[in-house]
Amino acid sequence: MEKRVVFRSAWLPYLLLAPQLAITIIFFFWPAGQAVWYSFQLQDAFGLHSEFVGFDNFTALFRDPHYLESFKTTAVFSVSVAGLGIVISLLLATMADRVVRGALAYKTVLIWPYAVAAAVAGVLWAFMFAPSIGIITYVLKGLGVDWNWIIKGDQAMLLIVIASVWKQISYNFLFFLAGLQAIPKSLIEAAAIDGAGPARRFWTIVLPLLSPTAFFLLVVNIVYAFFETFGVIDATTQGGPAQATQILVYKVYHDGVKSADIGGSSAQSVILMIIVIALTVIQFRFIERKVQY
Amino acid sequence: MVEKRPLLDFITHAVLIVGALVIAFPLYVTFVASTLSLEEIMTVPMPLLPGGHFIENYSQVLFGGSTTGSKAAVLDMLINSTVMALAVPLGKTTISILSSFAIVYFRFPLRNFFFWMIFVTLMLPVEVRIIPTFKVMADLGLLNTYAGLTLPLIASATATFLFRQFFMTIPDELAEAARIDGAGPMRFFWDVVVPLSKTTMAALFVIQFIYGWNQYLWPLLITSDESMYTVVIGIKRMIVGGDSANEWNLIMATAMLAMLPPAAVVLLMQKWFVKGLVETEK
Repeated sequence: MEKRVVFRSAWLPYLLLAPQLAITIIFFFWPAGQAVWYSFQLQDAFGLHSEFVGFDNFTALFRDPHYLESFKTTAVFSVSVAGLGIVISLLLATMADRVVRGALAYKTVLIWPYAVAAAVAGVLWAFMFAPSIGIITYVLKGLGVDWNWIIKGDQAMLLIVIASVWKQISYNFLFFLAGLQAIPKSLIEAAAIDGAGPARRFWTIVLPLLSPTAFFLLVVNIVYAFFETFGVIDATTQGGPAQATQILVYKVYHDGVKSADIGGSSAQSVILMIIVIALTVIQFRFIERKVQY
Repeated sequence: MVEKRPLLDFITHAVLIVGALVIAFPLYVTFVASTLSLEEIMTVPMPLLPGGHFIENYSQVLFGGSTTGSKAAVLDMLINSTVMALAVPLGKTTISILSSFAIVYFRFPLRNFFFWMIFVTLMLPVEVRIIPTFKVMADLGLLNTYAGLTLPLIASATATFLFRQFFMTIPDELAEAARIDGAGPMRFFWDVVVPLSKTTMAALFVIQFIYGWNQYLWPLLITSDESMYTVVIGIKRMIVGGDSANEWNLIMATAMLAMLPPAAVVLLMQKWFVKGLVETEK
């Protein structure tokens, strides 16, 4: 799409673009370039000397069982967060689309967790699930569950999944609700006249028409689980116990900031960048299809 | 509603009520805990009705921080968070409305190249360039400064896209009329484009306010000085050890203070919030 009417100036457009380009270059391209550069270097502990080592940092990573384990952890975590988040919010949105009375009240309650910072969400759930004093721990103990996420890896994973899903439901809910409200009522009414019940209408009309929204949310939720959940993890498990919740982003931070392994951390950053680029490409190909749709 | 189905209506409301209760429960527990004394929280199970320490806990965190963890006053942190939550949307709106105006309303060499340069920043979230960005900030002397907290967050492809998309819908006749009347590009920008963009700006503001307020990794990296902590970082610094060593009443009071401003923005500006959320993702 192009504008038919444009202005002419030899210098003005560059001046208008300058602030954004300056920030983009200083804070995006320069650091990203450095990440790629460092990923091919081996630095000594004080950062005084570095030598070019080619792909050594990368091969070392893929030989490191902790790194491969972190891939698996990330896969389990992001699939759980995206799957649970999408299913629960689809259910809530379908229900909210049906109600007339109290719709605004339900909507208001359901969207506010979007405003909660990931780290705060983590603290809230860690408090309720605290092994000795948590209110939910108390209920679980009453049910005979031995709950202690500080020493049990699978429970720590469950905790960060719950906190992350809780925070993301609002977002998914709003998109599903917008998608549901865009479905022409005449389609639903026609199916009802033909004798299709609510369940049948949902599976054969509503769900197929919502599938673009669901696919879009799948990509967004995976990106969310990959990157934005850093705050949840740092505020609760910090990757533990025994790396049971150390997702890729947390490992970049842990190795780079806490262990000061610049080369290894940068190589991990480069791998993450490749993953983000792949996800962005998938997302944009999908959006092109949606425009024709 | 297509037909009357009382049973289904009942199930609908039941699901929504259960959903709403589960979603709201953490907020309620947080509020209750922020009004209790530490001893009351440590009794298992903790009381589920508000206690009488509301003023005590909140004034303690606002002016004195926690006693076992970070002693920085939360009031200062709230000011830092506010600065960040306002600077990010203002900076973002300013630089992206200018750059998208240039891209939409001018033809100039390298135009597409610059557009793609902005576009690819979508693929470089802060999280993947932690270490090198930190080094860049240290080299520029921006650690523990407001500029360091906000500048790297204000470049965004999404805002530029949003304005570009909106500018494409402004009728060409307006620009034509402005040109015939002898208005230059900047006159057209101020008198036509900016007033028309107000709703887009409001929507963007709500989303970016929340984004700025809730930043975590970035302030964690570049603030080592307590006086520069944002409130989200402050909560983390109050957690010092095992679950019984923490002053949960104070942590929960701080959590309430950290949640209130963005929640108020979402609830009071719900219309702009929904518009901003749905449109920035297009």
